[in-house]
Amino acid sequence: MWDYSEKVMDHYRNPRNVGKIDNADAIGEAGSLACGDSLKIYLKIENGIVTDAKFQTFGCGSAVASSSILTEMIIGKTVEEVKKITNKDIADQLGGLPPEKMHCSVMGYEALEDALGNYDNLTDLDELRNEKTAEKIVCTCFNVTENMIWDAIKQNGLRTVEDITNYTKAGGACGKCKGLIQDIIDTYYKKEESEAQKSTLSPAQKILKINNIIETQISPELRKDGGDITLVDIDGNKVLVKLRGKCSGCKNSHLTLKAFVESTLRETVDKNIDVIEVA
Amino acid sequence: MSLIYLDNNATTKVAPEVLEAMMPYFKEEYANPSSIYEFAKNSNHAVRDARGVIKDFINAGNEKEIIFTSCGSESANTAIQGVLNMNKNKRHIITTKVEHPCVLNLYQTLEKQGYKVDYIGVNSNGELDLAQLEEAINYDTALVSVMYANNETGVIFPIEKISEIIKSKNKETKFFVDAVQVAGKIPIDVQAAGIDLLGISGHKFHAPKGVGALYVNSKTLITPLIIGGHQERGKRAGTENVPYIVGMAKAAELASDSLKYELSEVKRLRDKLESGILKKVFNARVNTAISNRVPNTTNIGFEYIEGELILLHLSDLGICASSGSACTSGSLEPSHVLRAMNVPFTAIHGSIRWSLSRYTTEKEIDYVLDVLPGIINKITALSPYQDELENLKKLRS
Ligand SMILES: Cc1ncc(COP(=O)(O)O)c(C=O)c1O
Ligand code: FES
Repeated sequence: MWDYSEKVMDHYRNPRNVGKIDNADAIGEAGSLACGDSLKIYLKIENGIVTDAKFQTFGCGSAVASSSILTEMIIGKTVEEVKKITNKDIADQLGGLPPEKMHCSVMGYEALEDALGNYDNLTDLDELRNEKTAEKIVCTCFNVTENMIWDAIKQNGLRTVEDITNYTKAGGACGKCKGLIQDIIDTYYKKEESEAQKSTLSPAQKILKINNIIETQISPELRKDGGDITLVDIDGNKVLVKLRGKCSGCKNSHLTLKAFVESTLRETVDKNIDVIEVA
Repeated sequence: MSLIYLDNNATTKVAPEVLEAMMPYFKEEYANPSSIYEFAKNSNHAVRDARGVIKDFINAGNEKEIIFTSCGSESANTAIQGVLNMNKNKRHIITTKVEHPCVLNLYQTLEKQGYKVDYIGVNSNGELDLAQLEEAINYDTALVSVMYANNETGVIFPIEKISEIIKSKNKETKFFVDAVQVAGKIPIDVQAAGIDLLGISGHKFHAPKGVGALYVNSKTLITPLIIGGHQERGKRAGTENVPYIVGMAKAAELASDSLKYELSEVKRLRDKLESGILKKVFNARVNTAISNRVPNTTNIGFEYIEGELILLHLSDLGICASSGSACTSGSLEPSHVLRAMNVPFTAIHGSIRWSLSRYTTEKEIDYVLDVLPGIINKITALSPYQDELENLKKLRS
């Protein structure tokens, strides 16, 4: 006997938006028949707004309720808004789910993510699929990847292997993946800790650190391509730089900034850093 | 809304006669049966008489072979650990892949303690592989442990034949039978079947939860699981649960009287339910249809839909059944029994066990047959596997 909320019961008794959209702009899937639950979600997107959503679910009461409420949550929202929805939002909208059933809300999130991924990459569907299969499977019993576990930890602040099992099913069958799951949890929180340390840098320490990273890590790389970079100013998390030599005026300079300089600084100093080019 | 209870393999309602028989032992006759004074005579005799009833219920040779316990799980644990403790030189156990968790989990623990355990498989009808069983028995085999009938499928195992096989291979090997799912459904004769130890549980045949019995034949020695006083001839310490023991004995008497009814009427209603569902629901399949089943049980898989959702919709109409699906249990894996039978994964998550009792009426079965197709259609319409369902429909029509 599960203690389902009124909302959950309402949604599995009277599921909303059931079915298929024939000329859908995006389709997402999660789960599988063998694993015991699966979900297919269909989206109609016009001018960046989700104008219609439908679902088909093979699963228990909370799986149907999660899918049903998800379609209600996204219709009328912009794609950007929809991208921000997490499994926790789905569970919250339902008035909560029993811990062992949280994986149903995760399935909703995953199907949505899959749909939006497909929408963004309409031209590159095959590439996307390859990328997906290349993702590291942690739990072979339930086909759960490292990224799925990572997301579940991040969105829900999970701390134990049992939590992970409740949210993603990983570890719930043969159990041989439990060691790997523990490693992922450990890695996540180690990373979070070091990130927390980063953000406690004093402004002076931060300036020194940014300068140091630019000199030792970024500039040598740019010099290899015949360019260079100088630090102009630091204002909070805004890092103003000047690109020189071959880099300046190069039409890839924006990419260089974003993809390389900014990500290096975000990784090593503070994840909120913005790099801005000044003339 | 009236209740339609079709989950009698999980537990049963207490028969009114049983409750009535128990009441005096809650009220006036509260004496400890071991006490010396006259006041204790009635409770003492009540336990003695109950032992006689249970002896007859399973056709044991002697009352001394009956031990009262607190449940089926305790009976199994006492039997298994008791036999192994008395045979410390033997380190091999044989059981089946489809035992109840109270037995399976114990064997997994024993494996960690160094025992070698062989798990005998079943075929797609849920029948035991006797050749594999015979093969497995060797000089080191302390115990063979086989349930009398499976709780999920109702399939009855050939206990007498298994006993013959065991005795022909190793006369010292003991035979424990978990008979929790057959007591009150088919006759039990421990002597004719050649059983050394046998466990039953009251709440599966209209006694209350929390009382059971273990038969240990006079040639078999066991150590007690619960150590303490001299009760149950040193085999199970603890002041006897007099009202519950009386209740279980009353339930055994009632069950013996209605065995004929079980085998004819309950079976007829079960068959009606089974064939009715198969006829009315195109994506239904019976997970085993063999005739050698307890008369009250059928297990039916609904393809491409999930069991918990079926149960929730049934529950909305007051109908209680249970499912082999993982989602109802909090575990994430579907039934180990259906997996051992290789039930196709299209049906395993949507499998429902229906278990009747002598209180089940024809009207109730008709009602279920009336409303179930609508529920299944509603859930099937949600399934992402519409193409597969369409093919199945063509195939079955
Ligand atoms: C086959 C079998 N063995 C043992 C048990 C356990 O009995 P109890 O609940 O009395 O411990 C059950 C009950 O579910 C059962 O079906
Ligand atoms: S590999 Fe994860 S539970 Fe089996």
